[in-house]
Amino acid sequence: MNARLQNTKSAAKMSGASFNKNRNNSSLRAIFFLLPSWILLLIFFVGPILLTFYFAFTNMSLTGAAAQNVEFVGFQNFTSMFADPNFRLSVMKTIVFLIFSAVVGQQVLGFIIAILMRERNRAFRRVIGMIVLAGWVTPEIVVAFTFFAFLNDQGTLNSIIGMIGIEPITWLYTFPMVSVIIANVWHGTAFSMLVFQSALDNIPKSVEEAAVIDGASRWQRLWKITVPMIKGQIVTNMILVTLQTLGVFTLIYALTGGGPGMDTQTLPIYMYNQAFVNYQLGYGTAISLVMLLIGVTASVLYIRALKVKI
Amino acid sequence: MEIRKKKFSSEKVIPYMILTLIGVLFLLPLLWVILASIDPNAKVSLQLPEKASMSNFQSVVSDPANQRAFVIGLLLSGGQAFLTVIVAGLAAYPLSRYQLKYKKPFMYTVLFMTALPITAVMVPVYQLFIILKLQDSLWGTMLFLSAAALPYAIWMMKNYMDAVSVELEESAWVDGASVFTGLRKVVAPLMLPGLFTVAIFTFTASWGNFFVPYILIQSPEKLPASVTIYQFFGQYGMVEYGKLAAFSLIYTIPPVVLYIFSQRFMSEGFSMGGASKG
Repeated sequence: MNARLQNTKSAAKMSGASFNKNRNNSSLRAIFFLLPSWILLLIFFVGPILLTFYFAFTNMSLTGAAAQNVEFVGFQNFTSMFADPNFRLSVMKTIVFLIFSAVVGQQVLGFIIAILMRERNRAFRRVIGMIVLAGWVTPEIVVAFTFFAFLNDQGTLNSIIGMIGIEPITWLYTFPMVSVIIANVWHGTAFSMLVFQSALDNIPKSVEEAAVIDGASRWQRLWKITVPMIKGQIVTNMILVTLQTLGVFTLIYALTGGGPGMDTQTLPIYMYNQAFVNYQLGYGTAISLVMLLIGVTASVLYIRALKVKI
Repeated sequence: MEIRKKKFSSEKVIPYMILTLIGVLFLLPLLWVILASIDPNAKVSLQLPEKASMSNFQSVVSDPANQRAFVIGLLLSGGQAFLTVIVAGLAAYPLSRYQLKYKKPFMYTVLFMTALPITAVMVPVYQLFIILKLQDSLWGTMLFLSAAALPYAIWMMKNYMDAVSVELEESAWVDGASVFTGLRKVVAPLMLPGLFTVAIFTFTASWGNFFVPYILIQSPEKLPASVTIYQFFGQYGMVEYGKLAAFSLIYTIPPVVLYIFSQRFMSEGFSMGGASKG
């Protein structure tokens, strides 16, 4: 009987019979309650992860002979992957996308909005908050269409810069990476804003008031007090946003399709193209495994940074 | 303090100016979608409609293929949200109420899973669906989407359940109710805001998910709105800008409505440490 009622105090208040009933059955009952979730997670969550490790070492193909007779090919997918200049290019594109979209874009912008929103007029905060949140609530695929039109040759952005005399720019062709980063920052910033707003709300007023009395300047207060006090949330939010951004597929796929050329081909797009366009499922799974390992590492860091009590 | 504030009035104005600028920049991309949706002659450039009309919306809504796609999307996401809430609610009960040896490793695993990007495993998921002969199955897709949402749902649900006192439940037991009845009649009603929050988050995430059905569903007549809207863009996107904008807005309504609805319960959700996943 490894299961006991958590609240022994209230358990003691219960009648002896029902207490014993609970004691004897709770271990079995716990399994009964947990079973549906275990089955679903094992088949559809753990299953694919295990398959990743298997298929990444095979030559599985979507069509042809290798679709029927899957062969074990050892590290062949990985040796060809590391020799593949397109793979290395894709890794570089992913890093650029992650740094400028997740870390610099969403984190910093979200923090700036959250910090500037403090002590502002309530109605003003609501309006700005709602506008930023609109980007977050909008589904990824709609974000892609929105920015397809916004960044188009005759789109809104070119009309605006035209007003101050700048020639139209073919954003999606000339600056494709900048384009997908802008779209993703528009979509994701609200998340960081919300996280930082709730973190800032939890800083006791007295701490900052004391600093004001001590004559600390605005910058000193920000860097010496506010930022250190929400360091934990900054770290966890950074990892979480990076992980979410690593998984961005739809936005880039619908906005640029990974192009032009390979200019916005991040790892998810490259994985998709190898597996479903070039029919190299085995090779695609090997790329999958690389992403999974990056994800696992970041997730472990995330849990350690959270310091949750379970 | 009063004197300080008056003295540095520019310090008060600058944040308002920066925030207004940010607000305008965030609003600009949306402007086109809204104006184009009510403009029968919409172009890709931003323009005021000569004659505003709802004709774009009408033609999107009256198309039977779109209607089917919306119904499939609603059933897929609704069914998935329902299943996730039930399964996560059951799992959360022993995790919240009992001392289990495996609780700690299980909860850490769950937390770990909340952070893992699903995109990374979509190729093996496709292979899994071939092995299980589930490819092109909406039921299979629903089960996969539920499993993908479960870690977050279990984590949130356990936190909400921890907040419901055991004593109310105990009095129900004394009155002869079974543990399951207690969960259903006492605990569940008390954590209704939590149930709704989890359901809304789950629904919204899968409603907006394009990649999963795009990979797992092949038959055109089984595709949910998230994929048909992409196909519409591919076929008519460069011509029928007004309809694309109208389609986008209709497709965005469910998440917006649910988000506003969830605002009532949200304040708790976000301070809850870990699983605040969008």
